[in-house]
Formats: sequence, structure tokens, C-alpha cells
Amino acid sequence: MTARAETWLWIIQRATAAVLALAVLIHIVTIVYAVRAGLSAPAVLARTQGNLWWLGFYLVFVLATALHAGVGLRTILRELTPWRGSSVDGASACASLFLLVAGWRAAIGLFA
Amino acid sequence: MSGTIEVAVWRGGADGSLRLYEVPEQESQTVLDVVTYIQRRLDPTLSYRFACRVGMCGSCAMTVNGLARWTCRTHVRNVVRRGKLELRPLANLPLIKDLVTDMTAFFEKWTRAKGAFVPAADRLQDFARVPPDSRARQAASAGIECIGCGVCYASCDVVSWNPGYLGPAALNRAWTLVNDVRDAGNRERLTAVAGDAGCHACHSHRSCVERCPKALDPTGSIAGLKRATARALLRREL
Amino acid sequence: MSWRARNHPSYWAFVLHRVSGLLLAVFLPFHFWALSTAITGAARLDAFLDWTRQPLVTLAETGLVILLAAHLTGGLRLLALEFLAWPNWQKSAVGLSAGISLAVGLLFLLNAL
Repeated sequence: MTARAETWLWIIQRATAAVLALAVLIHIVTIVYAVRAGLSAPAVLARTQGNLWWLGFYLVFVLATALHAGVGLRTILRELTPWRGSSVDGASACASLFLLVAGWRAAIGLFA
Repeated sequence: MSGTIEVAVWRGGADGSLRLYEVPEQESQTVLDVVTYIQRRLDPTLSYRFACRVGMCGSCAMTVNGLARWTCRTHVRNVVRRGKLELRPLANLPLIKDLVTDMTAFFEKWTRAKGAFVPAADRLQDFARVPPDSRARQAASAGIECIGCGVCYASCDVVSWNPGYLGPAALNRAWTLVNDVRDAGNRERLTAVAGDAGCHACHSHRSCVERCPKALDPTGSIAGLKRATARALLRREL
Repeated sequence: MSWRARNHPSYWAFVLHRVSGLLLAVFLPFHFWALSTAITGAARLDAFLDWTRQPLVTLAETGLVILLAAHLTGGLRLLALEFLAWPNWQKSAVGLSAGISLAVGLLFLLNAL
């Protein structure tokens, strides 16, 4: 990967980290509240179904996570295994895409 | 003081082994004294480096009981463990013989990181005026005391995981030049230090900071390069 | 490279950050799958949530929360290190205190104590 591309990856990693710092905090507070109020499917769905704010929040949260995890996985693979080159870049991108699709599917499933 | 120290010293090349020597204990003794005693009194075939022996040149750097350090500035009393010392060459560098490593790659990476001053002016112009308390000059001054001893490079895990990684010393030097207002080579320099062979491979382990005998902060310098390269990229200057 | 050379707080912080990140990344697909059971209706999600009430699962959840708190606070420390000019001990203090308080608070609130 070129110096420019690697620099972009660094920017993406730190920018998504900043987004996630806020999103994770909101998420943890939500979960704590939800668990105390009694965790059940109807309770969860009452909160998320038809709620565009929660949908929007989770779509952004998942996007940031998918990018952040993908860049992180690529770094770990390249440093701790002999895997190099465009194939490890491709595999990491696939992992990102998989997380994105799975996460958005779940978010939409809770909204609809 | 009538005891002896059992000193295990690496002998040979990469396929060599540790050999044991018994060295008399002294009241005040550095590890360099120990190595010198071995070479002069016990085994003249031992190869090792030193020069100034007073902590100015960095030539005597080697691994003492697992940690990279200058032997001339290491008191035996501070590192000996149950009467034993273990001496190995610096890590992350090809071994020539015994305690002597090939520093070529270390200095070659300095060049690759564009760690050399590129003048903007020539001698026909007036002197450059650089305010000593400006942020840039303070950042540069904080890093220029590096004497290229290799201790940080030998202590860096990323160097051992990623053979192309420029390393803390070369990147620290690049950072001092990025902050030198007289320098004209920053476009090429920032391109040279960006990427996975450059500053973006650093994960802030800070082993370099832990081990630097001059208390420099290569991790901080590399963080500066991360900011500078990101800024340059966003301004389409990379 | 000896383990003695790696035996200092910034290195442990790195190991914690990397391990927690990896484990969270491995956990996420399972988390998304569990939530997506809601697509087929509340009943499947409810059945899954019932399953999570087992003590071992609660313990694992607590572990995950701790990993998340550790990765978050370690990450904040790294962002401070890379973007601010704080000396190292201050950044570690941020990470440590935030991490402890977050984890303890969560443990209590999740009624795992």
C-alpha cells in the first residue's frame, strides 16, 4: 500500500475511534439502563421499532465499528503473521464489509 | 570485595552460543570494565565495541541481562542478578561477531527517512533567524541530542516484526528536521516517513522512551509525524 | 528481544488494547447475529435473551463489558498521546482511572456483583 493510502487508513482509524468513543459511551449507558429495567425482546423493540433516531445512531455506530475493526485486523495480521500484500488488504476489507452488512441488518431488523 | 561475577557472553555469529567467564568483583565497576577485563585478561578473541567510555558516543551499546544499554554507563551493581551477568549483542541488527552488530541497516534507514538537512538558503543570504522559544524550535531541540547508538532500535518490537520499519531513531531525526524552519525538504521527507514502513507502524509501545540513554522521546516525535503527514495528506501536499 | 525489555506499563497497555480489540472483533458477528433474530419476531429474540440469563453467560457478558471499557479507555489514552502534548503519566492516569471507574460502575449496575 502506498504511503498516501496508509496515511488515509491512519486517519480513518483515529476518526472512527473518536466517533466510537462517543457511541460506545451512549451504548453502554443504554444497555445498563435496559438491563436494569428488565431485558426482554418487547422492551428492546419498544425502544427501537419505528425510531429513526436509534436507527440513525446504530447505522453510524456500525459503520464506524466496521471500518475501525477492519483496519485493526489488517494491522494485526500484517504484524503477527507472514501475510502481506493486496490479499491481506482484501481479506480485511471483506471482514469490514461482513461486519457492516451483519450490523446494518441487525439495526434494520430492530427498527422495522 | 573478594567475590567473582559469572558472566555469560555471546560468542560467534548468529549460530553461536553463550560462553561463561569468571570476572573479579570490584568496588565500583561498569559492565564495560567487565567486558574489557575478559578481552584483555581471559580471552583476547572476544570482539566488542567501545570508544569514549564516558557516555558520549554510544558505541558500547549492547544487551545486558535482557535490556539494551550503554555498558560504560551501567554499574555492575545495578544490573547483576545473583552474581550473574548475561551479555548479548544489540537485538534487531545482523550480527558480525560476538558482541558486534552490523549497524549499516540502522543508518541506511536514517537516510531513507530523509534524516538529512536540506538547506533552503545558500551562503550568500543572511543568517536564518529562529526564535529559540518557538514551538517548532522547542520540538526540534527536544530531539536533536540523539547520537545514533541504536538502543531504541534494538528495543523496538515493531522493528523486529516489520523489517522495513524505519525505526524510532530515524523517525525522531526526521521529526527534528520537519520542525527546522531552515529546512526545505519536507514534502519528500513527509512522504518518506508516511506508511507502514514509517510513522504509521508505531503503536506507542514506548520501549524506545524507556531505554533511551539520553531520555529522548521518539514515540512523541513519531506522533508528531503522524499529525504532520495527516495534515499534509488533507492539504494534498503528500 | 527479551520479556524484560517489554515489562513496562506502556507495553502492557499495548497488549491489553490489542487483545481486547481482537476479542471484541471476534465477538461482534455473534452479537449482530443475536440481535438480528429480532427480524423474525420478538419471540426468537426473547428466547435468546432468556438463554443469556444463565450465570456463565452473564459472567461472559461482564467480561465483554470489561474488554470494551479497557479498549475504550486505552484508546482515549492513545488519542491523547498522538494528538496532545501531555506527559505520559498523565495519559496513563486518564486511562487507568477512567477504566477502573467505568468497569466498576458497570459491574455494579449490571448487577453482576
